[in-house]
Amino acid sequence: MTRSQPVYTVTQINTYIKSVLDGDPRLFGVYIRGEVSNYKKYPSGHHYFSLKDQTGVLRCVMFRSNAARLRFRLESGMKVIAYGKITTFPRDGQYQLYVNALTPDGVGELYVAFEQLKEKLYREGLFSAEHKQPIPRYPSSIALITSSAGAAVHDMIRILGARWPMATIKLLPVRVQGQGAAQELTGAVRYANRWKLADLIIIGRGGGSLEDLWAFNDEQLARAVYDSVIPLVSAVGHEPDVTMIDFVADLRAATPSNGAELAVPDQIELWQHLDQLTLRCCQSITAHLHQKKRDLTRLQQSKALTEPMYSIQERRAFLDHQQRRLIHGLQQRLSVEKTRFASFLAALDALSPLKVLGRGYAFAKNEQGEVVTSVASVELGERLSLRLADGTLGCTVMEQNLFEETEQMRRSHGCEKEII
Amino acid sequence: MAAKKKSFEESMTRLEEIVTALERGESTLEESLSLFEEGTKLAASCSKQLDQAEQKVLKLSKGSDDTPVEQPFEENLP
Repeated sequence: MTRSQPVYTVTQINTYIKSVLDGDPRLFGVYIRGEVSNYKKYPSGHHYFSLKDQTGVLRCVMFRSNAARLRFRLESGMKVIAYGKITTFPRDGQYQLYVNALTPDGVGELYVAFEQLKEKLYREGLFSAEHKQPIPRYPSSIALITSSAGAAVHDMIRILGARWPMATIKLLPVRVQGQGAAQELTGAVRYANRWKLADLIIIGRGGGSLEDLWAFNDEQLARAVYDSVIPLVSAVGHEPDVTMIDFVADLRAATPSNGAELAVPDQIELWQHLDQLTLRCCQSITAHLHQKKRDLTRLQQSKALTEPMYSIQERRAFLDHQQRRLIHGLQQRLSVEKTRFASFLAALDALSPLKVLGRGYAFAKNEQGEVVTSVASVELGERLSLRLADGTLGCTVMEQNLFEETEQMRRSHGCEKEII
Repeated sequence: MAAKKKSFEESMTRLEEIVTALERGESTLEESLSLFEEGTKLAASCSKQLDQAEQKVLKLSKGSDDTPVEQPFEENLP
């Protein structure tokens, strides 16, 4: 070993290596695909992990400020594409990737495409609640659009059979993932509608990766689902998976099994419902009959039927009463009038001149029938008729004596007395 | 037997209407009795349909002229 070459310190060579790396523009901004391993998040907020592939490992650090922009939760085992610069920290002598940005490998683009399509279809109104159709209560046939192999179709047929054996299941077998799956799914939805194959469509598949479920995010499939005049239930993947047709379908189920449960009534509940309806029929008719029986009894016990003469008697009694009142009123009036008449008669009687004649007075009438009131109005020898109480006397005037003035006054005074 | 020609859904809907009408109690006794008869017949027919129901599973494929061709579906469980 010769000493012709210079000797460097560790720090010197590390610093040199750093300068070499930093001088290469290709390492300054580089995309690297790999799988995350040994992922650790430090309390400082920095993320430390390695990217690996089958044969190599690359140490990575993502500082807190960059990590804050991550749209997903980083985990070991994830396939990602990292963007950053490769450099070294002279003290450690190890190079690493300083990660600026990180997206899940493959999914990133799909995710963006999904969100863009969702926005577009939403704006077109494909998700509108008004467009959604009600699911038939008692479907008699159900079109299943799914793979004919696998657990999903088995689970759906089993659950549909247990809950609602009334419905005929029509399976339209399709590929549910991979090349051509979206076209087959779309074709099956349109085919079922073209031939009015069923009252209800269930379209779905079991769980899988985002890529596995990707056919259900297809735009043409979403439009076929929107156009379906047969009510449609989407039943794709597991609970948290959301595909485009979930937004367009008339009903979204979380899983294929859930789809089968939501699509049909449960026959056990229906049995109970039928029993209940029958019972209510019986109760109503019994109540109605009892009511009518009560009405009949009430009518039978009414006075009109038990004492048919009652109302006649009642009216007759009323008539009698009125008659009595009439007669009584008439009699009353008659006696009042009688009394009044008698008092008039008495008064008349008291004033009658005949009464005066009874006491010995008389009055004289001349031949003309005029009452004579003065001696001077009579001639000697004239005939007068003298009226007494019980008859008349024919008289001839023999003499005339005119009373003195005083005598006449006294007499008239006497007359007054007489009247009193 | 007009009731037998009805679909299950129509029968159930009619049965529910009948129960509602009977419970409202506004019809004459004659009407109620005939509703009751219709209702119990419908309930019996629905029960019978349920009782006799046996799930049918068909696999459809497209025929040469696009028409659906039905055949029984045999499950091949994984």
